[in-house]
Amino acid sequence: MEMSYVVQDSSECIGARRGMIYMDANATEAPRPQAAAAMLAALALPGNPSSIHAAGRAARKLLEDAREGIATRFGARPADLVFTSGGTEADALAVHALGQGRRIIIGATEHDAIRAAAPDALRLPVDANGVADLDALAALLAAGPALVCLMLANNDTGVLHPIAAAAALCRAHGALLHVDAIQAAGRLAVDLPSLGATSLALSAHKIGGPMGAGALLLAPDVPVRAHLPGGGQERGRRGGTPALPAIAGFAAAVQACTPRDLAPLRDRIATAARDCGAVEIAATAPRLGNTLCLGLPGVRAETQVIALDMAGVQVSAGAACSSGKVGRSHVLDAMGLGPLAAEAIRISLPWNVTEDDVAHTIAAYRSMATRLRRGAAA
Amino acid sequence: MRIVVAMSGGVDSSTVAGLLAEAGHEVIGVTLQLYDHGAAVGRKGACCAGQDIHDAKRVADHLGIPHYVIDAEARFRDAVMADFADSYAAGETPVPCVRCNQTVKFHDLLGLARDLGAERLATGHYVQRLDGPDGPELHRAVDPARDQSWFLFATTRDQLAQSMFPLGAMPDKNAVRAEALRLGIAVADKPDSQDICFVPTGSYADAVGKLRPDALTPGDIVREDGSVIGQHDGIARYTIGQAKRLGNAAQDGGARRVVVSLDPATRRVVVGAPDAGTTLVRLRDVNWLVPPARLRCMVKLRARETPHAAEIIPTEDGAEVRLDAPALPAPGQACVFYDGERVLGGGFIRPPSRQPRTTPT
Repeated sequence: MEMSYVVQDSSECIGARRGMIYMDANATEAPRPQAAAAMLAALALPGNPSSIHAAGRAARKLLEDAREGIATRFGARPADLVFTSGGTEADALAVHALGQGRRIIIGATEHDAIRAAAPDALRLPVDANGVADLDALAALLAAGPALVCLMLANNDTGVLHPIAAAAALCRAHGALLHVDAIQAAGRLAVDLPSLGATSLALSAHKIGGPMGAGALLLAPDVPVRAHLPGGGQERGRRGGTPALPAIAGFAAAVQACTPRDLAPLRDRIATAARDCGAVEIAATAPRLGNTLCLGLPGVRAETQVIALDMAGVQVSAGAACSSGKVGRSHVLDAMGLGPLAAEAIRISLPWNVTEDDVAHTIAAYRSMATRLRRGAAA
Repeated sequence: MRIVVAMSGGVDSSTVAGLLAEAGHEVIGVTLQLYDHGAAVGRKGACCAGQDIHDAKRVADHLGIPHYVIDAEARFRDAVMADFADSYAAGETPVPCVRCNQTVKFHDLLGLARDLGAERLATGHYVQRLDGPDGPELHRAVDPARDQSWFLFATTRDQLAQSMFPLGAMPDKNAVRAEALRLGIAVADKPDSQDICFVPTGSYADAVGKLRPDALTPGDIVREDGSVIGQHDGIARYTIGQAKRLGNAAQDGGARRVVVSLDPATRRVVVGAPDAGTTLVRLRDVNWLVPPARLRCMVKLRARETPHAAEIIPTEDGAEVRLDAPALPAPGQACVFYDGERVLGGGFIRPPSRQPRTTPT
């Protein structure tokens, strides 16, 4: 009964009620009702998973059930999953734990979570499509022990790196490979052993779970020294009482999500946008089906985002600072897009997108592009 | 009406947004991020946005209006800061606020407002736009203590037609604060901003030195006949009429001395009698808010000074101003023409032409 209440409420609040269309799933996925229900249930429990009494044991069961469910889904052993506060912490923990005594090599289009954790890292260049250059990787690996950080899917463009091939290179050179799978998880089948990665970062809210939970998954027998040792939780790998309600929501979202192929809907928007003069970025690269990066020559990205927001279509552009300023995307700059990097927006379809949402988005984009391109030409 | 309000995070523009929203307009708040605040205050790791941007967002939240931050850093650096430093290095005393109003605010932001289908751009400036028989006119604010018309002389008639300044008619700042309080705006008691926004430390010379180190190269302090009477530590630290920072050169044979000109080519600061001066002022980049014509009016050569009576003569490349009584105009500053409360136009003061100086006999 509780579930059905949440389902109704959630479908309403995602857009329909206020006539808003949410097309910014890569910022945060539309919440899954199952996650909200699991969180409410967990919030009602009084116990701390570290306590030995009955309430503690119940909390611990919930935590370990969540661990098993998530680990199994991504091909890891439950014991090799460390819960964190989110994707940024999972990435930072990987760099901290696996980067000791190694050179760190990161893809040029990695998320800031990795860039800030490894500010002095060597940069692995990408091609014009944003795909990592594996010849360059082989050359970089030849110089000695390394940790390579490469994302599975890029947040701005959806572009997929050839992780399995990169992993083979890393193995051949005795290097470790950390994979940020935050955007890919829930949208593609993600399996740690078949990727051949040493570790994998996940974030609950990019799967339709809550903000405030994430995980670092490890290959068997990879030791991790805690960044925050605290009370020794997570087998000494991450201190602090786990955010149980968020973790329960995380597990429920993982269980509820079945990858849905959104590429046909995405491509409808892409086709319409190209007809308005837009450039579809990384169109020929392997990409997430939900992600569309569109450059509109002569029109600043922030103007496009504001105009679409005023039309009720919510998208994003570039790297948002905490001030809300839209900065240039280092991803698009690394791809060598030039001025178009400041004229590109990201449309990312949520798991529950409807045909109507897509039609409205197309209409709003057309009207925006027609008006602003006329302005730009004048 | 759909109106874009330029919100700085201060009480003035916040009140403008509040009043327009209360009046039932569709208000869109926009804050320009003009420079990296973290870099400006010199704190490593500080957020690129200052507290003002967060304040503007909170005001917009409170008013229930959408709010966006626009990255104008590159444009501000090129159009305002570089010009500011170059101007100082050339021995002028620039007014970056006028350049900013001219470029970033009333050109770029107005362009954004048009792109977003807004009919007006509203700001918290203390000036009045009044509709006259020949279109919109720019007038001084009702409160003379707050009047900012001198800083807005370069606003074109087209720009004026698309702008609104709701605070120009306010009797005084207390009235604005009272309105802010009534609207529940949290920044109602925030102190007024001081100085030039991108120089939060107050040291213009340091800011100029970062962009144009040559402007801080030491040189000679000389009399008008060229004889050396002291040393200075960079012409960017001096402006026409200044008596400070002259050391022993501030007194010459018992007579008080002030800066009468700056020569960037020889890095010389020239001092002379404070009542020296000129009656001829040449202007560049003149903006006319009335049809250009030879006319008599009052002019202001600095933001805060009593107006001088003068005659304006339009020229091919600007205008000539003939003052009734000599004054010490500082190149780079604005000379704004007033007919009573109305702004007729204005321009930037050119450096004196490079003719040999004739010493008064």
